[in-house]
Amino acid sequence: MIPAAFDYVRAGSVDDALALLTEHGEDAKLLAGGHSLLPMMKLRLAMPGVLVDVGRLTELSYVRVDGDQVAVGALTRHREVESSPVLRAEVPLLAHAASLVGDPQIRRRGTLGGSLVHGDPAADLPTAVLALDGVLVLRGPSGRREVPATEFFAGYFQTATGPEEMLVEIRLPRLAGASWGFEKFTRRANDWAIVGVAAVDGRVALANMGGTPLRATATERALASGAAVADAAALADQGTEPGADMHASTDYRRHLARLLTRRALTAASGPSGP
Amino acid sequence: MRVRVTVNGEQREDEVEPRLLLAHYLREVCGLRGTNIGCDTTSCGACTVDVDGEAVKSCTVLAAQADGSEVTTIEGLAGADGELHPMQAAFRAEHGLQCGFCTPGMVMAAVGLLRDNPDPSEAEVRSGLEGNFCRCTGYHNIVRAVRAAAAGMNGTGARA
Repeated sequence: MIPAAFDYVRAGSVDDALALLTEHGEDAKLLAGGHSLLPMMKLRLAMPGVLVDVGRLTELSYVRVDGDQVAVGALTRHREVESSPVLRAEVPLLAHAASLVGDPQIRRRGTLGGSLVHGDPAADLPTAVLALDGVLVLRGPSGRREVPATEFFAGYFQTATGPEEMLVEIRLPRLAGASWGFEKFTRRANDWAIVGVAAVDGRVALANMGGTPLRATATERALASGAAVADAAALADQGTEPGADMHASTDYRRHLARLLTRRALTAASGPSGP
Repeated sequence: MRVRVTVNGEQREDEVEPRLLLAHYLREVCGLRGTNIGCDTTSCGACTVDVDGEAVKSCTVLAAQADGSEVTTIEGLAGADGELHPMQAAFRAEHGLQCGFCTPGMVMAAVGLLRDNPDPSEAEVRSGLEGNFCRCTGYHNIVRAVRAAAAGMNGTGARA
């Protein structure tokens, strides 16, 4: 499979990338690791006229503690997220979720920011960042703005990122010692979650239960009011509108959401997660 | 556009279309047909090559992205005298293949795995090769070959 023709420009800096986005507008797409975008381009589901390659902007590859948050550069690769001592200690849910993305070759190329901006509702990292109450830092022609994860995912493969904006950093609360759970149900190695659940600190997010990753708000309210795990988990599919496909019917997805939420919360109620 | 890539130690400069995939660059421009294209959807791993010291799937990398990089393919693993890389030798000794289609990618992924983890357990080999599909062998001999190669390479250092 061959992508449709495009022009390729390698950005030398974030400012350079932003200038190129302003110059080319909606015809341009940023290319980071390319492991979501290039497969879509090969299927001609995406046909940008200009690819702005930001994959070598090492200035956006970092993990650092900043007060009560951990700041992760948008171009930090999955492999670095999964193996980062800081993230494994302070945000272990994110490191664990990164270790389950695709396979080792994919994790060496794919980036945290790329996965988030891609906005796939079945993906692991958007679900983890949503459960973590992460904040996404965007830069654009009018400066820098911060968008909470709860407002970032707008629809199937759509996010709050404007055509002239770039996700530059992801900020996550430090949760060392907080219990957490992550459940990803697949039938084969390398697959996306048929349903996935991330639970941490009383918050629960669902993968592939609608057009975006979703918070299981009924479950969260029940937990906040002291409900038992089994009772709270039984509400996990409330308010969701999962699709049906060759992997699962709507009813089966609802069942999985309840079951996996119970498992994730049970793991999260242990002393230090799974 | 022009790309400069060092392929198996040889510096090259080629005129390519921006949309040319690294797998096609290696096979059609460089004439190195050892790198196979199986699924073409980043799943099967047959196209795995080494880019700047990391095993990646070349069907999902643009030749343009590899501009300035060093690429090693299965053809570049053996020594100049034709002596097989320890991983290749182990695949032969342990019969880690049948039809051979997945083998170049499997060997390149296994070399990448040992770079990250020089002495993997059987379970770690299986998860480390999660991105490479073999439809013939049932994987047992492949896993055995990787562990044999690891045992042979430990203390002597990996070559690729």
